Amino acid sequence: MKKILTASIVGLSMTVAGLAFAEPVKIGVITTLSGGGAGLGVDMRDAFQLAIKQSGNKDIELVVEDDAQKPELAVQIADKMIQSDKVDLMTGIIWSNLAMAVVPSVVAQDIVYLSPNAGPSALAGAKCNKNYFNVAYQNDNFHEAMGQYANKDYKKTFILAPNYPAGKDSLTGFKRYYKGELAGEIYTQVGQTDYAAEIAQIRDSGADSVFFFLPGGMGIAFMKQYAQSGVNIPVLGPSFSFSQDVLPAVGDAALGVKNSASWSHDLDNEANKNFVEAFKAEYKRLPSIYAAQSWDTANLIVSALAKASVKDKDAFRAALKAADFKSVRGEFTFNTNQHPIQNIYVREVVKEDGVLTNKIIATAFEKHGDAYADQCKM
Amino acid sequence: MSVELLIEQLLNGLQLGMMLFLMAAGLTLIFGVMGLINLAHGSLYMVGAFACAAVATATGSFWIGLVASIAAAAAAGALMEVVVIRRLYERDHLDQVLATFALILIFSEGTRWLFGSFPLYLNIPPLLQGAVPLPGGGRYQLYRLALIGVGGGVALGLYLLISRTRLGMRIRAGESDREMIAALGVDIRTLYTVVFALGAALAGLAGAMVGALQSVQVGMGEPALILAFVVIVIGGIGSIKGALFGAILVGVVDTMGRFLLPKVLALALPPAQAGAIGAAIASMLIYIVMALILALRPRGLFSAQA
Repeated sequence: MKKILTASIVGLSMTVAGLAFAEPVKIGVITTLSGGGAGLGVDMRDAFQLAIKQSGNKDIELVVEDDAQKPELAVQIADKMIQSDKVDLMTGIIWSNLAMAVVPSVVAQDIVYLSPNAGPSALAGAKCNKNYFNVAYQNDNFHEAMGQYANKDYKKTFILAPNYPAGKDSLTGFKRYYKGELAGEIYTQVGQTDYAAEIAQIRDSGADSVFFFLPGGMGIAFMKQYAQSGVNIPVLGPSFSFSQDVLPAVGDAALGVKNSASWSHDLDNEANKNFVEAFKAEYKRLPSIYAAQSWDTANLIVSALAKASVKDKDAFRAALKAADFKSVRGEFTFNTNQHPIQNIYVREVVKEDGVLTNKIIATAFEKHGDAYADQCKM
Repeated sequence: MSVELLIEQLLNGLQLGMMLFLMAAGLTLIFGVMGLINLAHGSLYMVGAFACAAVATATGSFWIGLVASIAAAAAAGALMEVVVIRRLYERDHLDQVLATFALILIFSEGTRWLFGSFPLYLNIPPLLQGAVPLPGGGRYQLYRLALIGVGGGVALGLYLLISRTRLGMRIRAGESDREMIAALGVDIRTLYTVVFALGAALAGLAGAMVGALQSVQVGMGEPALILAFVVIVIGGIGSIKGALFGAILVGVVDTMGRFLLPKVLALALPPAQAGAIGAAIASMLIYIVMALILALRPRGLFSAQA
């Protein structure tokens, strides 16, 4: 703590000195702006830009590029941003498989990467890095919360997720807290659009509930097909398939579904109210959780820049780690592995003024960290 | 595992196969008659889906959208043939692949420019919503049954068209000897355009129908195109019958593989691992089947130029 304090003070004095030169800071944002996952990336980008604009910090310059949800493209963009744009910080990646392709090499080149969404377990445990900050969650978190919550009503749950790092983390997380029996466990293809084969197995399994993690377009396709299939088993999930960006497409099939998240637009704190209002005023729509996490990421960066120069890596990292910003999620601190310690809530999909949205109905975990922090030696 | 589940999965496989057949029929027809490899066939599938989504949203009727999808894809196909493809018949396959790949990029960016990057969602028409009971006690989604019906109807229609009509006769003649039917006074240029538009219309129809089930987005055509190529390679390039059998084979093998492999592996491995490995192998399965068939019958199951 003392070290951090000293570092922040040193950092602070350097910023004061730095201010005279108005040192520009370049942030590389790689996110998904096209294809089935575009909704997530667009919310991420919009909230990030708005937060930077509202901060009044004119020295921040953003370089935004679309990864089209393709790992190989994300790697190319990252190389380009580092080598020719000479970015100081990077952020933006939504998908865990893209994060796994990009983050290890970025942080190895001593560039700080802040994750606004993906939190693969590999980067939280043994492969944690001093240059990697996760501002969103460790992938298991929301699923752990749903596993915990499912114990209340269900004894035989059918679980499914895509076959990629976040999908495996998801089901691992669910199983870590769920005490009932599993009616089945399926891994689907990433980007799969037809779930007939899976729905048939759910129908046949005798499950009393279905837990699924299918982010972006996958979840929309699943929910639409599930609603048409005549299977009436209640569904549960992390917030991703019931987030504000996908609810209009899923439609009334989502009503009443319980889902878990670290944030909801009705979360009662000052920072969140400001955020929801500013976002609605600027973009004429309700923000999603991706927007909330990205807003926090931007504000964390702004708070750290006020304390330390981005060129002084040690001081800047210490300033980030202090997490001295007003999170829209309420209380927010970093764990030893630089992943969040935060509350996880259970939400229910409701209709407010004709618009489908979520409202918080329970708190699954308070000040929840992750299961991998012990393996991180930093 | 129950019998109902098995029946439902077979129907799922058949439904996937029928949609692949609509794609593959056009692809194989175009290759058989014109000797052209058309990578942009997936773009026509996308055009159909977007036309259906746009028109259905504007008019409120899925059925008008469906008609629009066929018309739009056929028109796009005819235009593509007249403007670009016509210049490629005499060139070798590499040039065709390059030019039609360029068309994919043009169509994708054009569609993104018109409709944006967000996926559109079509709703299943009220008439076909819900599930119906199956003999034996299971239930099955009505819309998927309708897709199987449409696929079967198109297969029958194509068979009659090719075996019983004058146009079909010309198509068959074109497959056997292009120069000769031109010498006999058949307007080969128009024939090519008609065949191309027909193939495009089928792809557009498939796009619209699948779009209502899944989502309508830029790039939706390419995964379907890859499967359609697998289908025509298995079935024998140029053969409609081969496309039908190949499509059903690919549809059933893919669905059954995804469903049964994890179960089989679960006998030997813990469920989480079996699920992940099974899913990985299942996604390769149709390519393994293709490789096996090519090893045994290099020209596919029903080669047109046998």
